[in-house]
Amino acid sequence: MILCRELSLSFGDRAVLDRSSLRIPERGVTALSGPSGCGKTTLLRVLAGLERPQNGSVEGISPQKTALLFQEDRLLPWRTAGQHLTDVLPKERWGEVPALLALVELEGEEGTWPAALSGGMGRRLALARCLALDAKLYLLDEPFAGVDLPRALRILERLRALPVPILLVSHEPAVLAAADTVIELDGPPLACI
Amino acid sequence: MGWAEPLKKSLSALPAPAFWLGTWQVCAFLVDRRVDGRGNELLLPYPISVWNALVALVGTEEFWRTVLASLGRIALGLGTGIVLGALLASLTCASPWADRILSPAIRVVRAAPVASFILLILLWTGRDAVPAAISALMVVPVVWDSLSRGIQAVDEKLLELARCYRFSWRKTVVLIYLPSLRPHILSALTTAGGLAWKSGVAAEVLCLPEPSLGQQIYYTKYYLDIPELFAWTAVTVALSLVLERLLRACLARWGRGWRT
Repeated sequence: MILCRELSLSFGDRAVLDRSSLRIPERGVTALSGPSGCGKTTLLRVLAGLERPQNGSVEGISPQKTALLFQEDRLLPWRTAGQHLTDVLPKERWGEVPALLALVELEGEEGTWPAALSGGMGRRLALARCLALDAKLYLLDEPFAGVDLPRALRILERLRALPVPILLVSHEPAVLAAADTVIELDGPPLACI
Repeated sequence: MGWAEPLKKSLSALPAPAFWLGTWQVCAFLVDRRVDGRGNELLLPYPISVWNALVALVGTEEFWRTVLASLGRIALGLGTGIVLGALLASLTCASPWADRILSPAIRVVRAAPVASFILLILLWTGRDAVPAAISALMVVPVVWDSLSRGIQAVDEKLLELARCYRFSWRKTVVLIYLPSLRPHILSALTTAGGLAWKSGVAAEVLCLPEPSLGQQIYYTKYYLDIPELFAWTAVTVALSLVLERLLRACLARWGRGWRT
């Protein structure tokens, strides 16, 4: 069990996390949902070690064991789809590239440049790159933004079968319905859950 | 169809040189009318006189020895300046202390008159080392300035991605810094190439290393051989342009796919 205990984080006067506590199951997909600005992205960034909470602690996982899919794709325009994956995979796992691309339904796109990908395809490539990282917890910030719903649900089914827990942020009701656990957040700041 | 495109390109490139050659011809004609006797010989020669001087030069072994010697010196200075400028840019961007100590010195080098450096290095080293040293000295601030700006402009989000995805520093340099810096590197090399030639040849004119383009230019002044002065200047400009084209062609190969 991964436990966030009493996390607090403010940016200036604005409290984004206010003594927030959260339990993440060790398997399956946990979805975080709520209005913009309630601290969902900040929580993922705290778990990934990119933000340091002013108070509270995270137990059961270290930031080095997490992999974060950023809210933006952050693709490198000068690397092909296949290279995005080999850049994060150790050499002995380069053979997994076709399977990772197939997981996000980008089969045969190894040589495609990011400029030639649609918004949804770019999002799926960013997701595949995140999943290529060796992690004990995947943190996915709006992984299906710009992805058509049937495809998003098919990919989500494959993610549920992974042996690693996933914490994702989504606003899409169908994606939330397909998740194993849903945590609904009312509004800012993210408080005790 | 294969030859149509290059032919069209060549024809579209013709008007500008034709205009300037025509202007030169008219000006030389006016000088010839106004100053009787040696006007063209001493003030502004006809293009054909310069062409004849150039053809006569190209046919000699000394011309090629001179060109290669100057090319070697200036390329050495350019290469040294690029490496040094890149190292200084990395250092001043990585450490605020290095920035505080080195930036004022680099700015002084950029602002100081090149003639002062030429004379100082001539006194410290000897005539043969001056052109390369001066070229390097003039190139360093240009490369440093351009690359420093480039390094500071690298997308913070990509650097955060590199940290989050645990890229090694080498991988971060190769995958994020170098491709992001490509336009800055291109601009720095183009400016630095021209500057290296200008300052290098100026140093050769003042220090007269043997053999050198600068020495030949100096002799044309000494013997008032103005068509030959124009011819050597044209050679210098042509070499500078060729070097710039070569550098640009090398950089164009890098990033051929993703920029389309």
